[in-house]
Amino acid sequence: MQLPPYATTGQRIWFYTFRVICGLIFFFLIAPILTIIPLSFNAENFFTFTPGMLAFEADAYSLRHYRDFFTNPQWQSALRNSVQIAPAATLLSVALGTLAAIGLSQSHVPARRAIMAILISPMIVPLIISAAGMYFFYSRIGLQGTYLGVVLAHAALGIPFVIITVTATLVGFDNSLTRASANLGAGPVRTFFKVQMPLILPGVISGGLFAFITSFDEVVVVLFVGSAGQKTLPWQMFIGLREQISPTILAVASILVAISIALLTTVELLRRRSERMRGLSPG
Amino acid sequence: MPDGHSQQAFVEFDRVQKSYDGETLVVKDLNLSIGRGEFLTMLGPSGSGKTTCLMMLAGFEVATHGEIRLDGREINNIPPHKRGIGMVFQNYALFPHMSVAENLAFPLEVRKIGKSEREAKIRRALDMVQMGDFGGRRPAQLSGGQQQRVALARALVFEPELVLMDEPLGALDKQLRETLQFEITRLAHDLGITVVYVTHDQTEALTMSDRVAVFDDGRIQQLATPDALYEQPQNSFVAQFIGENNTLEGEVVALEDGRCVVRLDASGEQIDAVPVNVSKVGDKTLVSIRPERVEFDPDWDERSLTLDAEVLEFIYMGDVFRTRLRIAGRDDFIVKTRNRADQTRLRPGQKVKIGWLPQDCRALDP
Repeated sequence: MQLPPYATTGQRIWFYTFRVICGLIFFFLIAPILTIIPLSFNAENFFTFTPGMLAFEADAYSLRHYRDFFTNPQWQSALRNSVQIAPAATLLSVALGTLAAIGLSQSHVPARRAIMAILISPMIVPLIISAAGMYFFYSRIGLQGTYLGVVLAHAALGIPFVIITVTATLVGFDNSLTRASANLGAGPVRTFFKVQMPLILPGVISGGLFAFITSFDEVVVVLFVGSAGQKTLPWQMFIGLREQISPTILAVASILVAISIALLTTVELLRRRSERMRGLSPG
Repeated sequence: MPDGHSQQAFVEFDRVQKSYDGETLVVKDLNLSIGRGEFLTMLGPSGSGKTTCLMMLAGFEVATHGEIRLDGREINNIPPHKRGIGMVFQNYALFPHMSVAENLAFPLEVRKIGKSEREAKIRRALDMVQMGDFGGRRPAQLSGGQQQRVALARALVFEPELVLMDEPLGALDKQLRETLQFEITRLAHDLGITVVYVTHDQTEALTMSDRVAVFDDGRIQQLATPDALYEQPQNSFVAQFIGENNTLEGEVVALEDGRCVVRLDASGEQIDAVPVNVSKVGDKTLVSIRPERVEFDPDWDERSLTLDAEVLEFIYMGDVFRTRLRIAGRDDFIVKTRNRADQTRLRPGQKVKIGWLPQDCRALDP
């Protein structure tokens, strides 16, 4: 955006003020995350910048918290749990959410708005309420304290994201393509996998990413539905904050930030590639 | 059924009705038989039910009532992917994530045709529409006309006997449309396929079809060959919809053996006409005359009729002149004359005499 030559003084002032406001918002969002990264290299067992760190002395920094994370069995078991639960929950969310989105995008489905609202409700209802409800429900049917229980609970939280992103992709989907496919002799299953799925893949991927991050970050529901055996990374961090106040948490947080950035980048690249494939944007 | 087509119907609509909401009928009591190898066009304004009929034939819509038969077999209960009917869509509906060749391979893979045979068929189909060099391109890299050629090749590659076309040229510019009109008719005749073509463009309907079914209000208003449709419209909707048409309001004052006399409401003049759907003296009628059948200063015998007119506007259109006249109280009477070297160019305000032969003047429903 450039200032046009006919801009008035008022417009000029607003032009620069607007940029300052944008910068402030950006700072507000990113500063807490950025502070964590240098802090995680703290040589001391503190959550604050030591005078040595501020003076950029080399021995004020260390990797000891990272070492702790990779050697401490508690952190390692939490990492293992997270790495097992999140992908399983993601797969389940993607499969169910995509099917739901496709079904609900068909105009002949009765009460589709109501069904959509119910499916999306886990995103809107306060987490603690969902968690408490799930706790009572899952205890009755013997799912409380099991891997399957945590996976199902996380899938329920992830499904709304998949539904929303896939529904958005389906808005741009040309229904005459499925008709063309049927007309050319392909049955519904073939049409789904060969025509519809490749074209809505970007939405499915984005939804899957959100579902993954939801499960990977989630602490409230897992506290209720899981037991000590299903302790995930966020849960371990929560305990760490309450009981040990160890800067290892900061190291873990930094690693998670790095993973998130890597994940987002990969998925965005994948998404662009598949959009190119469907011929929406020029190569 | 026109000559040269088998007498047995290939496609048959038998008392077909369609309603989307259970109350209003979009298609009302449709009866239509299409012969093998025939090129039939469904022509009509939007909302006339023509596309619904095509969709029912393709299997994307279910008939509320009645039977649809293909080659003598009822197809109401056969899902679209088992009907084996080719279709060309208005927006091409090419799969954007596949190359041109992959698009054409799709129906062949479904039919489990071997690789070498598949490739031969694809090459043949692409050559047929002059797209032989484009197999590796993606649809987004093609122009609209090229995409429609590919769509046509895809509809033909699995050699269906019946091909449906839903306004396939609607999105193209005029010149491309004319080229493709010609190519589609040529292909249809060369391959001997039956084509059901839907359009709202009357020129397309007249130039391409063996027969045209004019749709309005969920019914076929007239089903006839293009020349019969243009020259002998059966009601005023068809007369108005096909080609340009002058209408004069009047009342039947005499009616006997294939001739009638109509008194024009506006001027009281009496003119001869062919009665088409007037039944008795006293009926209100719309008299229809094609603009190119009107002559200036006619020197025919006394049976032809001359009326006084005043020139309101003279439009030069290149190959023809279009003259707008005031006649019998109406000021939208159009006359078309060919641009001949000796043709005088009229000036607005000029008084002229015009006339036409009684057989070119048809008394239709009001």
